[in-house]
Amino acid sequence: MSNAMRTPAGAINVERYQGAVAEGRFRRLWNANAPGYLFLLPWLIGFFGLTLGPALISLYLSFTDFDMLQSPRWVGAANYVRIATADPKFSAAMHVTLTYVVFSVPFKLTFALLVAMALNRGLRGLPIYRAIFYLPSLLGGSVAIAVLWRQLFASDGLVNAALSHFGIEGPSWISHPSYSIYTLVALSVWQFGSPMIIFLAGLRQIPQDMYEAASLDGASKFRQFYKITLPLLTPVIFFNAVVQTIEAFKAFTPAFIISGGTGGPINSTLFYTLYLYQEAFGNFRMGYASALAWILVVIIAIFTAFSFLSSRYWVHYDD
Amino acid sequence: MTEMTASVTAARPPSDITKRSLPASLIIHALLIAASLLMLYPLLWMVSASVRPENEIFSSTSLIPSSIDFSSYARGWVGLDVSFGRFFWNSLVISLLVVTGNVIACSLTAFAFARLRFAGRNFWFAIMLGTLMIPYHVTLIPQYVLFLNLGWVNTILPLVVPKFLASDAFFIFLMVQFFRGIPRELDEAAMMDGCSAWRIYWKIMLPLSLPVLATAAIFSFIWTWDDFFGPLIYLNDMNTYTIQLGLRTFVDSTSASDWGGLFAMSTLTLVPVFFFFLFFQRLLIEGIATTGMKR
Repeated sequence: MSNAMRTPAGAINVERYQGAVAEGRFRRLWNANAPGYLFLLPWLIGFFGLTLGPALISLYLSFTDFDMLQSPRWVGAANYVRIATADPKFSAAMHVTLTYVVFSVPFKLTFALLVAMALNRGLRGLPIYRAIFYLPSLLGGSVAIAVLWRQLFASDGLVNAALSHFGIEGPSWISHPSYSIYTLVALSVWQFGSPMIIFLAGLRQIPQDMYEAASLDGASKFRQFYKITLPLLTPVIFFNAVVQTIEAFKAFTPAFIISGGTGGPINSTLFYTLYLYQEAFGNFRMGYASALAWILVVIIAIFTAFSFLSSRYWVHYDD
Repeated sequence: MTEMTASVTAARPPSDITKRSLPASLIIHALLIAASLLMLYPLLWMVSASVRPENEIFSSTSLIPSSIDFSSYARGWVGLDVSFGRFFWNSLVISLLVVTGNVIACSLTAFAFARLRFAGRNFWFAIMLGTLMIPYHVTLIPQYVLFLNLGWVNTILPLVVPKFLASDAFFIFLMVQFFRGIPRELDEAAMMDGCSAWRIYWKIMLPLSLPVLATAAIFSFIWTWDDFFGPLIYLNDMNTYTIQLGLRTFVDSTSASDWGGLFAMSTLTLVPVFFFFLFFQRLLIEGIATTGMKR
């Protein structure tokens, strides 16, 4: 280093000093942040490799024709145009899914709230009731329950056997296009356990003295429910409604098993996710299926945004 | 969402101040018992159908069989080219690996978010919460193409490896909430004594967090055991089938012919979940109440 030899001794010291400062700063930065990032490493790899990367690729694929045999061919907005204008199965799937959401979520939440209120009275045997009501939710996603449901609502199934005791001859629920979707709604409502548990936790937070004060003032039970329970529970109702609606949009297994993977009869149980699955893994239209996936995301996002925007008019946070 | 669930977490003890008259509480009990029976009836009927003589299955809505006959189980067990033993084993291996992956990877991630200070922590935490909202359909197809190109289709790897990369954000969130409740003085003191972050995680945090780790483990197990969609996409060879795929194949191949075997095998697939539920329902219910996990 001839340069260094020609510079005065003091200058060398400054350079060294600056180097040491930089190294110290780097070391300090490293020491402060390295453990955090090392602990995060698996998640970061997963996030980039399995979430962000694939999401971007799927956005790209949604503008292509891709059958997995040949490389993706850019088609612009053609997939989206076809979905919007020329795909009767898409509108059928949308109709089925919206019907399912609109019927299953409110009923499910109403049952969950009613049962939670019945249980929130310092009853004996609360843990047993709570467990019994929760059990179907836990088993719910499995194939066995879907198989059972298919039998329950078959023409010679249990529901019709029970109805015949009252002299009613029930239809063949699962193979009738007007009823089949409601058997799936019933299955979803049967699984009201997990929102019920969240309601129970929420009900416990309402201070009892509010009810005591209200009943001293002569407020009826109904009025207490309307003026105390319901407003104070709105954050929990909001949370349950958002979570359950998103879950309902994503429902798959029961429809797949009950219709044997077809979404029939006459597309009456063609859930959105089932249609997506058919397009992707039945017809290998991966580009088209990616576009379907993104439309689902947009629908869920719009719904969620709308819920959050509307929440300021009806959800009360005590602060 | 965070504040909302956090407020649910801080549940107060139940209030049983409301004293009510005997008739009122009798009516409520009667209603609840009736509702419980209605809820359980389909399940009990399925179990009883599995031990009924074949000719009796559809002739009665009663829950008590005229005689008990376990032959449906023997018949169903070997009803396919591959026996249900194989499906149980496959499901067990996948479920246990998923549990291991979730517990390790999610607790590492949650520890970093809850306890370590580093630049960009809040940013990454917000991203992590954001991933909770993304439906898996968006990543499904590129992930499938990726795993296909890696030669992982028809192996358990696509179902297991993502869990070792903390892909279940629900559990991260659950653990962060729990870790935040552990007194900071503990790890601050350890830090003063020169403990490394790893030792704090391993020797202090994990032992104190057994309840939340158990909750995550149990939910992981049950959800993986019940999962149908993942195996449906990634496992095509019957030897690799999980119990859910096996059951579905059994449904398709026997369709209306062997109802006894069908209900017997259906019952068997529910047994592990049922026992987990029986032994750990307190943990499961707390898990639901604190994070609002979906099912």
